[in-house]
Amino acid sequence: MTGSSSPRAKVEIPLTVNGKPETLLAYPMERLLDVLRHQLGLTGTKEGCGEGECGSCSVLIDGTLVNSCLIPVLQASRTTVITIEGLEYDGCLQSLQQAFLDCGGAQCGICTPGMILAAHHLLTKKPQPSLEEIREGLSGNLCRCTGYTQIIEAVAEAARRGATT
Amino acid sequence: MKANPIVGVSVPRMEGRGKVTGAARYVDDLTLPGMLYGATVRSRIPRGKIKNITFGPGINWNEFVIVTCKDIPGTNCIALIEDDQPCLADGIVNHPEEPILLLAHADRHLLPKAVDSVSIEYDPLPAIFSIADSESRSQIIWGAGNIFKTYLIEKGDVDAAFQSADYIVEAEYTTGAQEQLYIENNGMIAGFDLQNGLTVWGSLQCPYYVHKALMKLFALPADRVRVVQMETGGAFGGKEEYPSMIAAHAALLAMKSGKPVKIIYDRLEDMAATTKRHPSRTRHRTAVSKDGKILAGEIDFTLDGGAYKTLSPVVLSRGAIHAGGAYYWPSVRIRAKAVATNAPPHGAFRGFGAPQSLFALERHMDRIAQVVGLSPAEIRRRNFLHPGQTTITGQIINEPIDLPNLLDRALALSGYHAKKEKFAQENQHANIKKGIGIAAFLHGAGFTGSGERYLGSIVGLEACPDGRVRILVSSTEFGQGTNTVLCQIAAEALGIRYEDVSIAQPDTHEVPNSGPTVASRTVMVVGKLVQAAAAGIKKTLTVSGMLSESYSPEEFRAAARAYVAQHGKLRSLAQYEQPGEIVWDEETYRGSAYAAFAWAVYVAEVAVDLTTFSVSVEDFVALQEVGKVLHPVLAKGQIIGGIAQAIGFALYEKVIWEQGRMQNGQMTNYIMPTSADLPLIRVYFEELGNVHGAYGAKGIGELPMDGPAPAIINAVEDALHVPFNSIPLLPEEIFSALVESAPLEPALPVARGHRK
Repeated sequence: MTGSSSPRAKVEIPLTVNGKPETLLAYPMERLLDVLRHQLGLTGTKEGCGEGECGSCSVLIDGTLVNSCLIPVLQASRTTVITIEGLEYDGCLQSLQQAFLDCGGAQCGICTPGMILAAHHLLTKKPQPSLEEIREGLSGNLCRCTGYTQIIEAVAEAARRGATT
Repeated sequence: MKANPIVGVSVPRMEGRGKVTGAARYVDDLTLPGMLYGATVRSRIPRGKIKNITFGPGINWNEFVIVTCKDIPGTNCIALIEDDQPCLADGIVNHPEEPILLLAHADRHLLPKAVDSVSIEYDPLPAIFSIADSESRSQIIWGAGNIFKTYLIEKGDVDAAFQSADYIVEAEYTTGAQEQLYIENNGMIAGFDLQNGLTVWGSLQCPYYVHKALMKLFALPADRVRVVQMETGGAFGGKEEYPSMIAAHAALLAMKSGKPVKIIYDRLEDMAATTKRHPSRTRHRTAVSKDGKILAGEIDFTLDGGAYKTLSPVVLSRGAIHAGGAYYWPSVRIRAKAVATNAPPHGAFRGFGAPQSLFALERHMDRIAQVVGLSPAEIRRRNFLHPGQTTITGQIINEPIDLPNLLDRALALSGYHAKKEKFAQENQHANIKKGIGIAAFLHGAGFTGSGERYLGSIVGLEACPDGRVRILVSSTEFGQGTNTVLCQIAAEALGIRYEDVSIAQPDTHEVPNSGPTVASRTVMVVGKLVQAAAAGIKKTLTVSGMLSESYSPEEFRAAARAYVAQHGKLRSLAQYEQPGEIVWDEETYRGSAYAAFAWAVYVAEVAVDLTTFSVSVEDFVALQEVGKVLHPVLAKGQIIGGIAQAIGFALYEKVIWEQGRMQNGQMTNYIMPTSADLPLIRVYFEELGNVHGAYGAKGIGELPMDGPAPAIINAVEDALHVPFNSIPLLPEEIFSALVESAPLEPALPVARGHRK
């Protein structure tokens, strides 16, 4: 660090990430996105716009869907964070992930982690959403490849298969 | 015993698991030991001479690696078609955001302030920003007259046909710039050492384009430059040419610092500095008989190429060749030109000139219909190309395409006639006016004319020690399904399981040059070569006696394993050879422009809310003939994705320019469609096959970008009876046309055509 950046001191931030307790040493205003990617190596969380518009950096904090590019890491102190890496249990894909594969919901894959977390969040709140509710529920996550139709089909298919059970 | 058919089946996406678990590695996910971060200092003015560069106070400049054009070991250009684009400005800038200087530091947080602390003093020069300004030649900014390229396509006796016309229909159409808006921004990592030379890892479409550019910039031989494609988060043409620039910048910083350097653009920089779809202007003047037959056309097609030539000649060529669309023109004269302006160079974007010229044509067909007094469906039916007829370049259509039947099916699927009647009635008293519109069109697959012959693409296939097979191509995956479909083709051709085939990561040290991943060519052209290379592997194994003519996948694997154990290697290469019937004259622009065309009829239904003046697409039917569909889920995904981008092109995505600089380079003010903005898009295929493609496939990726915009604007005209000839069509334009400058009640159509 050079003198010119004059950073404030790093602080200890306890939190649980994907079921594992962590104590991070980070600048309070660092973006949660950067801390997840650089300190914890959880690179499944992506940066698309850096201003909370595209949803590629979506994670769950205490079950709430957030854009991690807008969250100072201090705000995540003593919370439970779930990233895309936290959805796959023991090498088995969740039925939502499988439905994305089966229905063509992932093309280039860059929006996919955020999209799957948004869908997971929707299905947790609403296990049998209507098509309209799926469209609304995913409208904070941008995808440039699919035109959304096959993503919506994937979420509907996951609901049919009982994604949250 | 042969394995079940694999082609035509929706097998799992080859790299899908990594994408749904977050394990897939994109360039920004890669960190190398000792890596620095790079940033670019860019021009803030559109045109001028650089007088002085100063490094401001408050920054410890000794900690930074600084690169200028003086550090370039070879030629200061990004080699592509004509080497006119500098890698770093040398004394003069020709567009805003032109790269001037590079910085690198181990702490990426220090870079933004450092970039802002470099001040550049200019002698500004007058700049030009529009096609009209460029044509006026008030300033000459490129070559002798601001013209990058012109083409003339002529067929028949145009002037005589105009003499005998019953109607002459004239109009002008324009389209705006469009950002590709891949969700993964551009990025590269470069490393340099004396032993291995230069290596770059990045988000890119065309490894050998980057390879060629780096060789020239660094004056290095081919084996000292290595380009590796990482997982790529969307491209759409936007990662065809500009990645060469970013790779060059990262490489210059790596060479100077002796450390690996990563450059990742943020969204603002990516939007402002990298390429966009060429803005266009098309003028049509059409001679038509009283029964609605096109007799002749004069088409003037002009693209704004931005400040350097880059890919503009090729985009112009495809746009010009598609300007006549899916219709028979007894005579036609197309004058096409790409002109220079002081904007960042415009470049490749899905459709590559065709969406521009086809927007104009398919709007113009509706205009002709009004003048002649026919319906939009009937004017198209009377002018469709039929097998045995010739296109505007004189290419004989020898595929059994039946466009009237395609049109009828699309009209039936969309309930066109009933809806048109219903909307006309209900609109009289409604505040939300509905309309329905058609577009019929074609898209040529593969490189134009002799392009594939010049490329001479090579594909490799090799057996691995475990008896599985690996495909070696430089063709890249960026969402469209390259990995999956090429593996399907190899498995099918070898009669083995899909799971027994893999594809190498594109790496110029590992894979031959199978050409760039552009122009809807991968499945058709590269796929056909995969098929040929597979035949080579099979032949080697049968001739060697290790495999009988009839075998099971397990027997194949055992034989391949045994062959590799005995001989050390089993590899087969196949190179493209142009079929004899494809003859093209580059001088006269006559002959077979494409080995195959994909065909489509799209029907769009819109609702225009006269309170908000916004247009929403309520229903969309996309019917196309794309040869054999090798993977139904991926094919459908390509069509829907293309249509979504085209809906953005038509209704949402407006680049606001000021002095050649994009003003709305954020996702908050450059608006692409969300899941709440789009209808469920209905996709249907016809499958005629194609002798030139793998298992009868044609190109598919670009086709769906061509038709939606005119279909939608035709539907808006159906709803409002007001002709709009420019896109994007935003609510403010509709407001302006309906309220500000028109009578309160929407006027009846004013046909600009005149009876002779």
